[in-house]
Amino acid sequence: MTLALVLAAGLALAVVLFVARPFLRDPTPVSDVLDEPSELEHRRLELVEERDRALAALKELEFDHRTGKVTDEDYRQQVGPLRRSAAAALRALELRTEAKHERIASGR
Amino acid sequence: MAALGRAALLLSFGLLVYALVAGSFAAWKRRRRLALSAQNALLASFGTTLVAAGVLWAALARHDFSFVYVAEHTNIQLPLGYRLSAFWGGQEGSLLLWLLVLSGYAALVVWLNRRTRELMAWVVPVLAGIATFFAFMLCFVSSPFGTAPAPADGAGMVPSLQNPYMLAHPPLLYLGYVGLTIPFAFAMGALLSRRTDERWLVATRRWTLSAWMFLGVGQLIGAHWAYVEIGWGGYYAWDPVENAALMPWLAATAFLHSVMIQEKRGMLKVWNMVLVSLAFLLSIFGTFLTRSGVINSIHSFSQSSIGGWFLGFVVACTVFAVGLIYLRLPLLRARTKLESLVSREAAFLYNNLLLVALCLTILWGVMYPVLTQAVRGETRSVSKPYYDFFLHTFGLPLLLLMGIGPLVAWRRASLRALGKTFLIPLAAAVVTGGVLIGLGFNSSLPGLLAYTFSAFVAASIALEFVRGTRATGSLFRLIGKNRRRYGGYIVHAAILLLAIGIAGSSAYQTVRERGLHVGQSLEIAGYTLHYEALQTRKTANAVETRAVVKATRGNSTVAILHPGKNLYPVTPLGPQTSNEVSIYHDPRNLGDLFLIADQIDPNGTLYLKALVKPLVNLVWAAGFLFLFGSLVAMWPDAVEQRRLAERYAAAPA
Repeated sequence: MTLALVLAAGLALAVVLFVARPFLRDPTPVSDVLDEPSELEHRRLELVEERDRALAALKELEFDHRTGKVTDEDYRQQVGPLRRSAAAALRALELRTEAKHERIASGR
Repeated sequence: MAALGRAALLLSFGLLVYALVAGSFAAWKRRRRLALSAQNALLASFGTTLVAAGVLWAALARHDFSFVYVAEHTNIQLPLGYRLSAFWGGQEGSLLLWLLVLSGYAALVVWLNRRTRELMAWVVPVLAGIATFFAFMLCFVSSPFGTAPAPADGAGMVPSLQNPYMLAHPPLLYLGYVGLTIPFAFAMGALLSRRTDERWLVATRRWTLSAWMFLGVGQLIGAHWAYVEIGWGGYYAWDPVENAALMPWLAATAFLHSVMIQEKRGMLKVWNMVLVSLAFLLSIFGTFLTRSGVINSIHSFSQSSIGGWFLGFVVACTVFAVGLIYLRLPLLRARTKLESLVSREAAFLYNNLLLVALCLTILWGVMYPVLTQAVRGETRSVSKPYYDFFLHTFGLPLLLLMGIGPLVAWRRASLRALGKTFLIPLAAAVVTGGVLIGLGFNSSLPGLLAYTFSAFVAASIALEFVRGTRATGSLFRLIGKNRRRYGGYIVHAAILLLAIGIAGSSAYQTVRERGLHVGQSLEIAGYTLHYEALQTRKTANAVETRAVVKATRGNSTVAILHPGKNLYPVTPLGPQTSNEVSIYHDPRNLGDLFLIADQIDPNGTLYLKALVKPLVNLVWAAGFLFLFGSLVAMWPDAVEQRRLAERYAAAPA
């Protein structure tokens, strides 16, 4: 019983120290704020997801065409809109990147 | 050492409450160190739960009958393997296993996602909230660390649990049930943090697949256990507790398919939230069914009075999930629409509707007796014909869709393309159906349809591999470049084997039974079964009686079989007798000759039941293929990992 209590007390001490570790290691932090994505960051992620989706759809269409699942006619009909949507997502991402670089260059 | 076990569980409870409260506050107020501290509490709860589990395992191994749990579920004669498996043989141990697996999974989730704090901020309190419930049950309602003066011997283990399959079946099911908590926690975390992009799907992809795989394999092992141990000649009886494992698996199957539509088309966001919640809620509901005692089940050894707590927990989780999904509906709107009803995504949608319909009809079948008892005070049961009807109604179209889906292109497919891709599978189905009718297999319409559809699906899967290999130049390159898709097809092939095995062993089985004196014979499906002798022997924990039955076909002996009974004098339920079946695996039809000694009279008369179950071994073979396909689908893809790393690189850590 005594041994069990000693072990339990040791275990309790260890977990308390472990839980308190972020405060013990960094008692006076410069910033204690949890990172949160900005609206701009949300938008970037949406665009990246759109780009990836469009590129994956193009890849899938090419593969289905090669394996005969999509006829030449269907392929011609579908490939245009998919390329356009992939290009639009890429362009929007590039514009954002350029704007970011400009902001950095101008020191803002 | 029981005190150490109790203290460790209390620590787990305290840590989880802290992770829930501090984690929620930190996520709400955006406090970094507090969020980290809550994560650490979740990690530490695994350590303390592991200590508690270690204490119980040690007590089981050392025959420490001062633990009430050990005295109630084991005895001195019980071999070590079964003593250790008694950990999940009773209610308190099962709850501890649940908490152990959940806290272990939670710790792994925290560690794997340690760089994505923003995403984890709300996942931690959700996981902690669920784990808190189990820790509370273990500390204050159903503790495995109750003690009493040690008796000279324990009550022993229920005979049906003394089977090697019981070493694996419950833990695998628990790995599956509990695993469904992780995608649910991420889904709720995404809604709470208003981050409904694809990150939560990416983070949980393998968790969902692995939980689904464990549930599937666990159920198949359970089915094999029922087949060889329960001794009634079948492997699935639509028992409510069996259904309790099947329902979340069906919901998770629907989710695994519909999540692809969200990834590829950005659609079905609400539906996916509903499915992931349904799978989780059904896993908890299954535990309520197992533990509540509200239903009659072959798993009645695990009934108790804690069902009310579980029902309350299911209701609370349902209100939480439904309320949160409703509140976040504006964030879950799709930006694209279904372009055509003849497309891959439409096929997935039909598959989803059928899976959910099957799941809900099974749920209704399980709940109907409970509801009639509660509302009208009448006891009514839902039996096999109900389930078989809906299995045929929804299962056969699902089987067919498994072949149609891969043949149809994403977005839309023209009639010309469909005609081209469907030609070979359709021809295979028509030829198979014709040949089967010619051979007289039309005695069972569902069986005939199942085989005809199976031929369609088999041809469709084979075509996918052949055309894909031609296009890429190598089968390995084909699978390596798209593991999820081709792993999925391997799983489809496993489901196909399962369907063929189930159809063969149920629709086309032969059954004969009669009383035999020594020297008499029974004829069944080309076999002659000759009853030669009766033998009895005493083992460490049972008295075994075996009939010696010679099985011959034509003039040759194919097997000597030993169906019989075991009498276990010491079990928690008093002396128990079990059926010990004897099986001959017939390589000619991949089926079994299955013998049950229904009754053995003191004068040696044997009431023998014989079943010939064609193709039944495909059911078990399907398990291996299912496991292989799931592993292929789960295997990490370096190219995709790099792409995802780049996608989330600029996101805050």
